[in-house]
Amino acid sequence: MITSSIRWPMVGAEKTSKEITNELLAPNESKIPVWWYIGMTIGTILLAYGGWAFYMSFTVGLGTWGLTNSVAWGWDIINFVWWIGIGHAGTAFTIFFLVFRQHWAASINRTAEAMTVFAVMCAGLFPILHLGRPWLVFFIFPYPNTRLLWVNFNSPLLWDVFAISTYLLMSITLWYFGMIPDLATMRDRAKNKISKTLYGFFSMGWNGSMITYRRYETLTKILGGMAAPLVISVHTIVALDFAVSILPGWHTTILPPYFFVGAIFSGFAMVLTIMILMRNVFKITDFITEKHLDAIANVLKFGSLVIGLAYVIEMFIAWYSGMNYEMYTFLNARATGNFSLAFWTMVFCNALAPQVFWFKKARKNIIILFIVSIIINIGMWFERYIILISSLAEDFLPSSWTGYTPTLVDIGIFAGTFGIFISGMLLFIRYIPIIAINEVKANKKGGN
Amino acid sequence: MEKKYWQSIEENQPDYKPQPEESGASTMEILTNETNSKSTSRRDFLKWCGISFFSATVISACENPVKKAIPYLNHPETITPGIASYYASTYAEGNNYCSILVKTRDGRPIKIEGNSLSPFSMGGTSAQVQASVLGLYDDGARYKYPVKDGEKTDWETVDADIVSALDKAAEDGKKCFMVTPTLVSPATEKVLQELTERFPALEIITWDAISYDSIREAHQQTFQQSIVPDYHFEKADLIISFSADFMGTWLAPVTFSNRYSTKRRVSDNNKSMSQHIQFEAGMSLTGSNADIRVPVKPSDELLIIMELYNEMAALTGNPVFSSPASEYDTKALASKILNNKGKTLVVCGHNNLKAQILINGINHMAEAYGQTIDGGKPLNLGKANAEGLTNLISQAEMGEVAAVMFYKSNPVYNYQRAEELKTALDKVPTKMTFASAKDETAQLCNYILPDNHYLESWGDAMPKAGSYSLMQPAMQPIFNTRQFQAGALSWLGKGADFHSYIKESWRSDMFPTQNQYADFDQFWINTLQAGVFEVSTNTVFTPALETIAISDALSVLKNQLNNAGSVQFMVHQNVALTDGSNANNPWLQELPDPVTKITWDNFAALSPKFATDHSINEGDLLTINGLTLPLAIQPGQAYGCISVALGYGRTNAGKSADNIGANAFRLLNDKSFPWNVDAWEKSGSGYEFARTQTHHNMEGRDIVRESTLDKYKESSKAGNEVRDYHLKHMSTLYPEQEFKGHHWALMVDLNACSGCSTCVIACQAENNIPVIGKEEVKNRRIMHWIRLDRYYAGDLENPTVLHMPLMCQHCDNAPCENVCPVSATNHSHEGINQMAYNRCVGTKYCINNCPYKVRRFNWYKYAMNDKFDYNMNSEMGRMVLNPDVTVRERGVVEKCSFCIQRIQEGKLQAKAEGRKLKDGDITPACMQACPSGALVFGDLNNPESKVAQLIKDPRNYHLLEEIHTLPSVGYLTKIRNPKA
Repeated sequence: MITSSIRWPMVGAEKTSKEITNELLAPNESKIPVWWYIGMTIGTILLAYGGWAFYMSFTVGLGTWGLTNSVAWGWDIINFVWWIGIGHAGTAFTIFFLVFRQHWAASINRTAEAMTVFAVMCAGLFPILHLGRPWLVFFIFPYPNTRLLWVNFNSPLLWDVFAISTYLLMSITLWYFGMIPDLATMRDRAKNKISKTLYGFFSMGWNGSMITYRRYETLTKILGGMAAPLVISVHTIVALDFAVSILPGWHTTILPPYFFVGAIFSGFAMVLTIMILMRNVFKITDFITEKHLDAIANVLKFGSLVIGLAYVIEMFIAWYSGMNYEMYTFLNARATGNFSLAFWTMVFCNALAPQVFWFKKARKNIIILFIVSIIINIGMWFERYIILISSLAEDFLPSSWTGYTPTLVDIGIFAGTFGIFISGMLLFIRYIPIIAINEVKANKKGGN
Repeated sequence: MEKKYWQSIEENQPDYKPQPEESGASTMEILTNETNSKSTSRRDFLKWCGISFFSATVISACENPVKKAIPYLNHPETITPGIASYYASTYAEGNNYCSILVKTRDGRPIKIEGNSLSPFSMGGTSAQVQASVLGLYDDGARYKYPVKDGEKTDWETVDADIVSALDKAAEDGKKCFMVTPTLVSPATEKVLQELTERFPALEIITWDAISYDSIREAHQQTFQQSIVPDYHFEKADLIISFSADFMGTWLAPVTFSNRYSTKRRVSDNNKSMSQHIQFEAGMSLTGSNADIRVPVKPSDELLIIMELYNEMAALTGNPVFSSPASEYDTKALASKILNNKGKTLVVCGHNNLKAQILINGINHMAEAYGQTIDGGKPLNLGKANAEGLTNLISQAEMGEVAAVMFYKSNPVYNYQRAEELKTALDKVPTKMTFASAKDETAQLCNYILPDNHYLESWGDAMPKAGSYSLMQPAMQPIFNTRQFQAGALSWLGKGADFHSYIKESWRSDMFPTQNQYADFDQFWINTLQAGVFEVSTNTVFTPALETIAISDALSVLKNQLNNAGSVQFMVHQNVALTDGSNANNPWLQELPDPVTKITWDNFAALSPKFATDHSINEGDLLTINGLTLPLAIQPGQAYGCISVALGYGRTNAGKSADNIGANAFRLLNDKSFPWNVDAWEKSGSGYEFARTQTHHNMEGRDIVRESTLDKYKESSKAGNEVRDYHLKHMSTLYPEQEFKGHHWALMVDLNACSGCSTCVIACQAENNIPVIGKEEVKNRRIMHWIRLDRYYAGDLENPTVLHMPLMCQHCDNAPCENVCPVSATNHSHEGINQMAYNRCVGTKYCINNCPYKVRRFNWYKYAMNDKFDYNMNSEMGRMVLNPDVTVRERGVVEKCSFCIQRIQEGKLQAKAEGRKLKDGDITPACMQACPSGALVFGDLNNPESKVAQLIKDPRNYHLLEEIHTLPSVGYLTKIRNPKA
């Protein structure tokens, strides 16, 4: 067995398999703690607020949002892109670390994937909700009909429909498939009939035999291979929503890679946030070690450099293009104009703040890690805000320039998606092993 | 073969027959008869899918409300359902006159069009005219039956009461007054004449809220002729206007816009145009079109007029009188005028006798009379007598007045001494109003005798000497209303039939003046169809100046100027509401002011520098002489002058008008001109206007391409040089779409367009565009399909103003089309960017990707929604809707369609007549309404068409052509003539 500095042991202390199982199932098997109820209450309140906002959007109309004749996409699409970005990390974690044989990631996969599934669910709400007539959402699927109506395959929005639905299906499959052995463990340890039945059903008769494991491993790799291009395609296609348009600030070829990196970046930051919370709450520091956090911080540092470079290149190209509309959007509206506060917030949060991770001390400091991870997610939200609003609010003809202010309904929808995310994650940590026990056991010594 | 499991031994016997499950055949049988085999087959699955989809469809589809269309029992001969009929008629309300065609569908008027046969209004219309059809269906504000002392009554009772009141007044030696505005209807004047003869106690007071009587009086004093002459802007090389908003509101704006535009058009064949100099305090629509605009406050304006008179008098050898010096170089202006003798026109918008006298003097020295000013065929306006209402008040105070009647006048709202009038009216026992809709005066009247809407009335009009037109009803009165003139005839004992009266009057007065028709009925029918009738008159107007009037005017003005304060105010009519009589029209309320782009409000306009100097900001509330108004900073406003629009602050006009803005008529009181601001203070802040445009700078982009006449004379491409670069470098690798049949296009001549916004209302009426209200305009969601962008350039205190009409550009390489995931917007083979409303799901991607931002979204349900309580929220208000155009649902995107319904109608018409489509067969609503012919629509593939000619003009450019959207709308560069 090879041990190297990049293939460090996954489990902090020497533990037997039994100890690992016991420790990792503790969150599921112990009594429901008070904070869980508190969290759930918050989640439910947010959901209720969101429910009201959904109701208003559906029944009264999109007039309840802060959109204008010029800014026809606002918080809806900002939050959509933001959630999609967050929803990137889970699958990326599994796939890329699988491909690069970074087995240390195994202890984070499960949570990251859960995060992905809920984030993509949140994101997926917006494209439906932002329709003027959401009850006709089926129009955007290419189904055969007697009226010979067909969808427009030139439209990036249609590509979105396929990209997101495929990605959501793939993420759920990957997540669910990865947890089958653990669900079987839960089934075996279940004390009451209901959970035994449910876990039994969902573990699909897993028996832990060698042949099952072999098939399982093979399928993991096949699924991983299938999901890898999807990780890239989903956010690239979301970026094409903008890049295919003609608006200054949207119409740039850099957007697909830039969105992809941004997504990984924000997803990893969200993973970091959640991991820090979980490892401290559940005292699983042996499984999510400082080395894990250190590795994520390094990824963030790298992501931040790429993002910063993208910002610089965007500016440069805008100037280099000689198009006055482009120059205005980047140099006036964004850097120095009405959107400069948001713009520099974005630059600070995404390009500058993560540079603190060049210092090992910062990477080891849980507080700094936590704060920076939050800062990045705020920064990434502002990035989407800048891209969307500044380009729409001040485009070609100054006569139609408008401001943009979100309404309570806009905020409510965002809050509602947080409600979905929080309650989803809480249900997940309660009823599903948060760390892939079988993977940890298999890789507890590191490397292979 | 499938393995078969058996249940019983019998089953395997060769003669076994399975038991039928149920005897009655059930619909479910088709689903169950194959389920004997144990596994579910693919067919079953599909069946179940089918039935569940079917039931889902049925369940979700059964909510549509049923609306009944009831066919005619006895089909009227003249009406073909689905085909519009047009009736020639006349719009003459207040000072507004237009000869019109009323479009009716299935017996109800739905749209007003200009009558191109009229030599006076020349097919043009104004925003009020376009919007007037909505007033017909204003069931919230219109009176529906005669009312006596608050009780519903009938016409017989009312007539008896009136006749006895008038007779009793005569017996008692008391007076009765009838207040009317200047009437342009000869027949109505005849009726009034007969009334005063029959009822000696009755006196007619002619009184206008916005009066032009000083022009008439000035002509009386200077030339001994009581006329308001006709002004020929099309003959003037030099137009000098002192506060006359002649394209917006002054005298006959529709006519003047047309005449003005003819002298402003330039082309390769005609590289000359008039020069327009405007002196004014507030930025008016006309001022915004001027070549040279001089912002001056009213007192300085008077100074300039006085000095200009003297300078010209000195140069022409006329007597010079003493006058204070102005800061403006009037000497240069005077010599400029004299260099253009006979080709100059000076007009003054102040209803100030002395100023008008001086203007007459100036025009006389400029030899304008007989050239640019026609005194031989004067306008039939400005007949008000300023003393009339004063007289009424004093007599009423003495208890001498038995009855007052108000016809088309609302002095309680718009008379400057309204408070005194109100107290005086308390002492009048009988007060009657003939108002057709709610107004402030009617509130005080004990008789409300509603007049018909003009679209339900007979009438005639003579806007100027020799020009006549007829008014005919386009539908039966909707409510139990009666035409005023018919009522008057019945008091005379002639029976309430104004139709016959007017016919007889034309038989005796008009018929003999022509020799085309020998038979009167022929004459009558033809005139009624044409709507207009011209009588040749050869009155010669020979002006002979009375210098006494001039010297008197100068000395009076000098005294008036001694009292001029440092801060003055000006009241003006704005283009949408004018005098406020149409204030309850939500279309007009929501029409952005052509200059400020503010809707649903009036305001105090102040110059930027004045605001900075006094540390006040936009949105502050100012109390000016006791009237509180929000402050709007207006570039180009004269320093030290506050401009306020009239027509707002109605209190009893209806839900759309009440308590919108403040009533600026209250500012006038008994003040003498120039009006001083005695006291003003900031009384609040944070007021937010509903503006449709908030960024006023073009940011150095060549959006409106402009140049000067001098440069244009050198090169026809002046200002448009960049086009060649764009055409050469901004192209595509892909083949461009070819249009083999028609290829529709619209050309906009920026030199002809004044920005008057008539097209906006015409489009709103034609295309069922909803009104969204002040709050939603603030949210920047106005629904207008055509808008006028207005940009300022240059000095903040005196900017150049550029107007640009913007509608869907119908790009042949449209950015909106390829981004729609459901192909709801797509390109027709005739070059039209079309919207399929029922396919639209409302992603709004097209709105974002439209570089012109002309697409509109139905943010709410705007029709039949109490939150948008405008015309579309009542059954009656919805009668104005054009049945050829869909009322859009919440959540769909809409935009200009080039009036696709009119294109279709034109094509079908040509097909039915078995001919090819001619240029001019199809006119979109905006083009039809435009008083200055700035918009030209047609087929680019027809080389004969006007639009195909214009698109070859070197002035032509496409908006944002560098992004290669290939618009079908072209603009002709704006050329100004600012040469000193």
